[in-house]
Amino acid sequence: MNKKKSILESNVLYTIIAILVGFVIGAVFLLIAGISPAVAYGKLIDSVFSKPKYLIWTLTYASPLIFTGLSVAFSFRTGVFNIGAEGQFVVGSLAACVLGILLDLPPVIHALVCIVAAAAAGCVWSLIVGILKVKRGIHEVLSFIMFNWIAFYLSNYVVNIPAIHKGSGEATKDVLASARILFPESVRSFLDCSAANWGIVLAVAAGIIMWVIIEKTTLGYRLKAVGYNSYGALYGGINANRSILTALGISGALAGLGGAVQILGMSGRLSQFAAQEQYGFQGITVALIGSSSPIGCIFAGLFYGAMKYGGSKLSIIKAPSEVVDIIMGCVILFIAISQVFRILFKNLTKKKEVS
Amino acid sequence: MDVIIKDLGLLINATLIATPPLLFAALGSCFSERCGVVNIGIEGMMTIGAFTGAVVGLFSGNGWLAFLCAGLAGAVFGLIHAIACISFHADQTIAGTAINFLGPGLAVFLCKAMFNNSSDTPAMDPSSKLPKLFEGVFPTGTFWNNVLNVYSVAYLVFVVALICWFVFYKTRFGAHLRAVGEHPEACESLGIDVYKIRYICVILSGFLAGLGGAFVTLATINQFRPNVIVGQGFIAIAAVIFGKFSPEGAVKACLLFGFCSGIRSLASQSNMVSPNLISMIPYIVTILALVLFVGKAHTPAANGKIFVKSR
Repeated sequence: MNKKKSILESNVLYTIIAILVGFVIGAVFLLIAGISPAVAYGKLIDSVFSKPKYLIWTLTYASPLIFTGLSVAFSFRTGVFNIGAEGQFVVGSLAACVLGILLDLPPVIHALVCIVAAAAAGCVWSLIVGILKVKRGIHEVLSFIMFNWIAFYLSNYVVNIPAIHKGSGEATKDVLASARILFPESVRSFLDCSAANWGIVLAVAAGIIMWVIIEKTTLGYRLKAVGYNSYGALYGGINANRSILTALGISGALAGLGGAVQILGMSGRLSQFAAQEQYGFQGITVALIGSSSPIGCIFAGLFYGAMKYGGSKLSIIKAPSEVVDIIMGCVILFIAISQVFRILFKNLTKKKEVS
Repeated sequence: MDVIIKDLGLLINATLIATPPLLFAALGSCFSERCGVVNIGIEGMMTIGAFTGAVVGLFSGNGWLAFLCAGLAGAVFGLIHAIACISFHADQTIAGTAINFLGPGLAVFLCKAMFNNSSDTPAMDPSSKLPKLFEGVFPTGTFWNNVLNVYSVAYLVFVVALICWFVFYKTRFGAHLRAVGEHPEACESLGIDVYKIRYICVILSGFLAGLGGAFVTLATINQFRPNVIVGQGFIAIAAVIFGKFSPEGAVKACLLFGFCSGIRSLASQSNMVSPNLISMIPYIVTILALVLFVGKAHTPAANGKIFVKSR
């Protein structure tokens, strides 16, 4: 009985159901488009698992998503909603890119400087919103959305500044090799993946550090307490405003790190955006699939990374890769509405216990 | 002097092209936010409207039919948002995020499925677009041609805004919808069906957002592309906040943001100021408005809160 109850109340069950429902709805649209879901999903799985190098590519796709996922999850755990991870990711990648091009430092140090700058940029971008919330009572969701777009246009503006813009293209010059966080050439050729980089190691490390902070430190306890009940925390002598700022600062820094990993690891340059790249919003999905737990986010990030990488290969069989967006949109929607079923089951089991 | 008047005409023209999509979406957002349901999915609803408008316009050749269908497509997404937020008590921001994945994802997916893996729809015949009001009455390039010979929907949207204002403040339904956004429990005790009013408002917000999206593909340009909407849904939300959650405020804010956008499109031709910097203005203005007028602007009290029927 207790085992059954714990299964019905666990997040994992609902997440798995939501993912399955997402795939079923994706299949319906594939059928409407005249594409066999079996073929499309087969291709999706094939492009991720059939060769070791595909798995390495999946990891490089997953690393920035794990960071933005951790960022959003950290904010969820502390009672604020960082819908601004998108903007923090962008200013992070911008900082890393600009310093990666303009500074001339020895390897490793250069990369570290860029990474720290990206984290700081994300942190500041998020803290501005936090200060607006704490000092002026402005709802964070609103100002985060505004700051996402300010970051978007700021990035497009900076990309076009002559000192870092490359020729006639739409992108910046390449980040100097000393700032890149790629694996050594020999390892990359052994793995057969030109973009294999330390990003995934950093992402997993960040997940573990975040788990330690949240579960094992007084700082984490304070932040969680404010997230759980800010009045209760206040009564317990916790400065709620300071906690909110700390939480948003850390959350923003994580998103900024994601931007650094994307630029210094995978892409090596920043392109002008035509539309939001969605890393921040995909981070919301990762956090939801991972039930806001750091370790969950690592797995959810890997899942999303696999979907993105596999999805990008769907064009080979003339299937629109946007089916991934449809599936993920449905997953978010169903996780969001699953709350009602959880409460329903809880009430049902309670009634049974009473009778 | 003539040049200045001509430039002024061009600027008004650019404003009248940029404002309607924002204003339709902002009016929709007003309905949703005022009844107590946060709708950040406006962007996704606009995109699906833009796509539906382009496709129906392309195949039927009837701009008005396409415009209506775009509204209905937006309304379907409004319904999805309503079911999730009202009946299933989902977190409204998260459900809106899902809509922002689904709308653009579905639009581009269907586009690729229908048009041989192309993410743009084929350009439609100019006769399939929404009609202009004074086609051929004034000589091209003159001030009056720029100001008056715009798409008739660019004027219609202000009529719609007037109707919205009337509904908000002069009808029973409007009084109920405003009350439901402030204190649903009290409304329920008075016998008002909170769920019904919220459903109507959220579906309506999708409908209006769909119309706004369709204006882009049926008037501004003549096809759907994945980046036709980028950010306009969010500017519309910004306009609603800036306009203090009222239809009349939304009109003013959208005209201001439309004017910014008009300057941007003219400036990008002359290469004087970076269009990217001008694009930031609406967002920065909104933040400043929030900072300066906080306390004066009243957010609907029940906005974003989950309401569970007692029966």
